[in-house]
Amino acid sequence: MPQTAPGAAAAASSKKQGGEQPDSSPAQKAQRSKTGRLLEDADKKTRRLKDVEISIPIVYGTISFWLGKKASEYNSHKWTVYVRGATNEDLSVIVKRAVFQLHPSFNNPTRVVESAPFELSESGWGEFEIAITLFFHSDVCDKQLDLYHQLRLYPDDDSGPQSTKKPVVVETYDEIVFSEPTESFFLRVQNHPAAIVPRLPAGLSFPPPGPIEHVNENKRGDTKDHPLSQWFMNFSEADELLKLAAARQQVQAHIVKLRRQLSMIDGMPQQSKAVSGQ
Amino acid sequence: MDAKDILGLPKSSLPAIQEKKPRQPKESQRKPDGISREVYALTRDMAPLIPSIEVSQLKPRPSSEKEKISWQWLPFTSSARTDNLQLYHWVRVVNGVPPTGDYAFAKYNKSVDILKYSDEEYEKHLIDPMWTKEETDQLFDLCERFDLRFIIIADRFPTSRSVEELKSRYYAVTRSLIIARAPSPGDVSGHPLVKEPYNLTHETERKRALSTVLSQTRQQERKDAEILVEAKRIMESRMASKVAEEVEVPVSSVGNEGSEKATVPPESVSPSGNVHPSSSTAAPPAPRTDSASTPTSLRMLRVYLRTHALDQMVQAASSTAGLRTIKRVDQTLQDLGVHVKPKVPTKSVCAEHLELRKEILTLLNLQKQLQNKEAEASANRENSYTEAPSTPKRSYRGEVDRPFVPDSTTVGGERAGKRDQKRKASGRFVDTPPSPPQSKRPRKLKTSDG
Repeated sequence: MPQTAPGAAAAASSKKQGGEQPDSSPAQKAQRSKTGRLLEDADKKTRRLKDVEISIPIVYGTISFWLGKKASEYNSHKWTVYVRGATNEDLSVIVKRAVFQLHPSFNNPTRVVESAPFELSESGWGEFEIAITLFFHSDVCDKQLDLYHQLRLYPDDDSGPQSTKKPVVVETYDEIVFSEPTESFFLRVQNHPAAIVPRLPAGLSFPPPGPIEHVNENKRGDTKDHPLSQWFMNFSEADELLKLAAARQQVQAHIVKLRRQLSMIDGMPQQSKAVSGQ
Repeated sequence: MDAKDILGLPKSSLPAIQEKKPRQPKESQRKPDGISREVYALTRDMAPLIPSIEVSQLKPRPSSEKEKISWQWLPFTSSARTDNLQLYHWVRVVNGVPPTGDYAFAKYNKSVDILKYSDEEYEKHLIDPMWTKEETDQLFDLCERFDLRFIIIADRFPTSRSVEELKSRYYAVTRSLIIARAPSPGDVSGHPLVKEPYNLTHETERKRALSTVLSQTRQQERKDAEILVEAKRIMESRMASKVAEEVEVPVSSVGNEGSEKATVPPESVSPSGNVHPSSSTAAPPAPRTDSASTPTSLRMLRVYLRTHALDQMVQAASSTAGLRTIKRVDQTLQDLGVHVKPKVPTKSVCAEHLELRKEILTLLNLQKQLQNKEAEASANRENSYTEAPSTPKRSYRGEVDRPFVPDSTTVGGERAGKRDQKRKASGRFVDTPPSPPQSKRPRKLKTSDG
């Protein structure tokens, strides 16, 4: 079985982190010939940054409206399925295209969306699972990512009269994590609001990137002023962190108590059961 | 007609009735010729509704005008026989001319061409320490007689040799003979026996392996299938990652949790391969967060969802725990007001969540230990104390099962009274316990005294 020897891997990593600095100094860059620059770009596409991960917080889900008077037996709701940046930033810097796989009863159930905002609107009567596949730009990742979302048309609570004004919104927060990204990807997104990019470890720095490429000039890619944005849910990690911290405290206190009790039962009060646990 | 009967003169019905009676006897008397009585009774002289047999379906009569066929009992010989035995059989004679030609089945009398060696050839090329000339001669004789059916040859062979040994000797001899007799080595290098000589050990091993596979129990089969699937995935992921950019991770460096499977199969790949395929992407192995605690898969995934990563890490952390324990952890999380799967899975939230789960596991383990110790202790004390030994267990078990009952159960009620009634020690966490239930205190005092 082919295995890279640790020695080779170490050499490769040192090449990445230590070796390329002189290459990227502006003065030398200016002197390079065209071919040199091309080679460098190619390098950037293959060199990866170890121990670095770039995460893209996203929210994906569906919003569905009852059609009210215009509803028929086979067309009772209109809905939109989408993938958006969690802060409503443009995802097209990372995502090349999104493919939504609908229920086979739809015409052309495989819908491809080539530009942001990555969404699809349809109308129908049934609830089913939608498979969303995200394809990334070539320097980002050549593997695709699959997401699954259950379309819901009817609210769970009281089956009171449906309103055409208030939609059923189901959103899921998640983060796409790219581990060991390529240099070129890193450079492209290091200052982009859609991405969470860590500080590079000391000793390594990149020149500030050029202007962020706009993939399509006609349509806005971000969803900040999206027509449905009033329905978007807010996801705040602060709440969750607070709850988690409180829970951990409780658990830790309980652990301490139990340890104390255990040591008492053993009949030797001096027994060091590491009462001050963690 | 009926309407007429109803509305019409009742008289008209009479003749109908009258008609029936005489008719019936008439019908039975009138027996038809040509068809049997029963058939007639069924069909009542009616023609069938549809024709039952198409006339065109009937086989056309073989035209017997062309040739005159007769059958004769004639003798015949077969070229396959060597003894000139004459047998008889029926022969189809056409126009008085009996058929010519060999017995029809003689062409099936095929046999294998076995090379025969002379004594000098034996001396020159075919001597083998394991085989005497006599044995070799016997072998070749049997091979000729039984057309290389080695199973039979092995059975008939005077000294007991295995099938593989016999095969090996036969093929080795034949091979040497072919090479020796060939005008030049190049001529026969195309011969299959020359190209691929029979390998005794390999064959023995192969057959042994086959019989092992055949005699496997269903469970072993399943396990093997699982392992092979894992190995295949690992191979695929390796291919994929090789095709993609350069690989840097030293593949051997990973210590794996819960992937014993990957190490077992003979063709296995180093352990970092492994584990559960992700629902989000195709390939498996190893991860890395910025901190050094690397869950084993995920790294080579390149892209994955944080929830998926969390699931993997949770599974890895609770790999030692049983299903019940996992359920209890989930229950505890709920009691604490925490979502079993975080709603906002950011990096820090996931890290905290994982830590919390680990702490809960520790807690549950400690509780179990405590329970066991208490059980032991009370069993020992059974003789010394009059109090029922079940009491300490009960008082602890109450808090063991649900130590973190959510606040809502105690809110709105009167504190001291209600809490005493409840066995659960829910009061603990709402407030500092003012007065622990009566039953507990005596126990506690005793233990500290004891």
